[in-house]
Amino acid sequence: MITLYDYELSGNCYKLRLLMSFLGIEYKTVPVDFYPGREHKSEWFLKLNPLGQLPVIEDDGLILRDAQAILVYLASKYDPSATWYSRDNPALLGEISQWLAFADGITSTSSAARLHDALFYDFDIDAARAGAHRLFRILDEHLWFGEQQGRNWICSATHPTIADIACFPYIILSEEGGIPRQDYPAIRRWCDRVKRIKGFTVMSGVFPAGPGKIAA
Amino acid sequence: MTKCSDPVILNLWHPIGAIAEAAPGGVQETVLLEERLSFAFNADGEPVVWRSRPGAQGVGQISAADRLPARSTYGYVWTSLGSPPADLFPIPEYEEPDRRKLNAATFGVNVSAPRAIENFLDMGHFPYVHTDILGVEPHTEVKEYDVEISVDRDEILATRCRFFQPMASTASDGGADVDYVYRVPHPYCSVLYKSSPVDEARRDVIAVFLQPVDQEHVRAHMLLCVLDEDNEDKVIKRFQQTIFGQDKPILENQVPKRLPLDPRAETPIRADKSAIAYRRWLSQKGITYGVIPVAA
Repeated sequence: MITLYDYELSGNCYKLRLLMSFLGIEYKTVPVDFYPGREHKSEWFLKLNPLGQLPVIEDDGLILRDAQAILVYLASKYDPSATWYSRDNPALLGEISQWLAFADGITSTSSAARLHDALFYDFDIDAARAGAHRLFRILDEHLWFGEQQGRNWICSATHPTIADIACFPYIILSEEGGIPRQDYPAIRRWCDRVKRIKGFTVMSGVFPAGPGKIAA
Repeated sequence: MTKCSDPVILNLWHPIGAIAEAAPGGVQETVLLEERLSFAFNADGEPVVWRSRPGAQGVGQISAADRLPARSTYGYVWTSLGSPPADLFPIPEYEEPDRRKLNAATFGVNVSAPRAIENFLDMGHFPYVHTDILGVEPHTEVKEYDVEISVDRDEILATRCRFFQPMASTASDGGADVDYVYRVPHPYCSVLYKSSPVDEARRDVIAVFLQPVDQEHVRAHMLLCVLDEDNEDKVIKRFQQTIFGQDKPILENQVPKRLPLDPRAETPIRADKSAIAYRRWLSQKGITYGVIPVAA
């Protein structure tokens, strides 16, 4: 069975819990006391991941780190419909990779702001917030133009991909870093669509979609 | 010169950090009531707290006159910017040797301390915010409970609270009606007692100690003092962090951030009895920091 080295409040770990929930994969969790215990910097954990970062998975003897890399692996191996990561479509694969890298940018801005505010990390909070707003503006425009063309998801497909999963957590948690989303209506509608994907699961700080219509 | 001019708040003990998380030998930096503070431990393990200033790198350089009142209690360092009372409020259960005593976490929250206390006292949100853990629909009713302001102990006490909880703690093995007692023995601290799943004669103790960074920001220190022989520390902490992580966006979206004390400012329901008593108690104390006082 897949083992996920997990911290509940980590958006990067949540990406994997989300995908595994969408795919209906069973897995077991090893809790890592990221805060306040800093267990991801402990000797035993550094043997798993010398970068000292969550998440890590172990599957059939394979140890893999990096949320985006693990999304690629899990979707390639466990998604029989091959929609979350479409291995046979080079253009779509390129797009997915582009937005996975974009998701890393969201982590280094929006997630950094949240770590600063909630866990007292010594980051430049103004730079983190400004960086997140810049990325959110780009994504909001991209999603808005997509909606005009009938596209609901980040990539050019009729279904969500791992790019949507990779971008979702640190956008939906952005207010915890003092980054409001009022000015990004297309992002808000997209968040609502993600929450309505069958198998969606929450984490602390994320609430399920309300009943009724998609938010305007 | 201090930025907080509320004498009641200035004269209180305030928590400024968990002892377990302080790097040995290091100086910890924090903020209390808009003032930058530093603290460290001397050779005897006693905390030393001072107003941060450039060049002061360690305990040895801090003269007696520059030291703020300091104490280690319940696993945290406490200090005061005024003249604090001799004692901190009692939590007798903390001395019981078979309890697990942990700082679940210290989180920064964009909210006033009184709003955070009020949320801690509220049971009505359990099924909606802590779904499948501290509550679940259709068990949404907050049953009648008792609240008193104890004059002797100068604290609020809510008793006979009962709520159906699917998973009251890490030691639970299913849903149960859980008894709660809430104490508010300090304007910014609250202590909760809830039925222990492992010993029906005793109660788990969970306390929230709020460090006011300014009027609209806190550092929330969560003390666990629970009966659980099976789970690792990190599993017990994870449970409490999950709960607090669910409360956090609710707290941060409260408007206004400071707690209005005018009884007409917000409309309470019967379930808010403890919150009504809390607001009245803050008013009686004349507290102005972190609240919107009743207009004169």
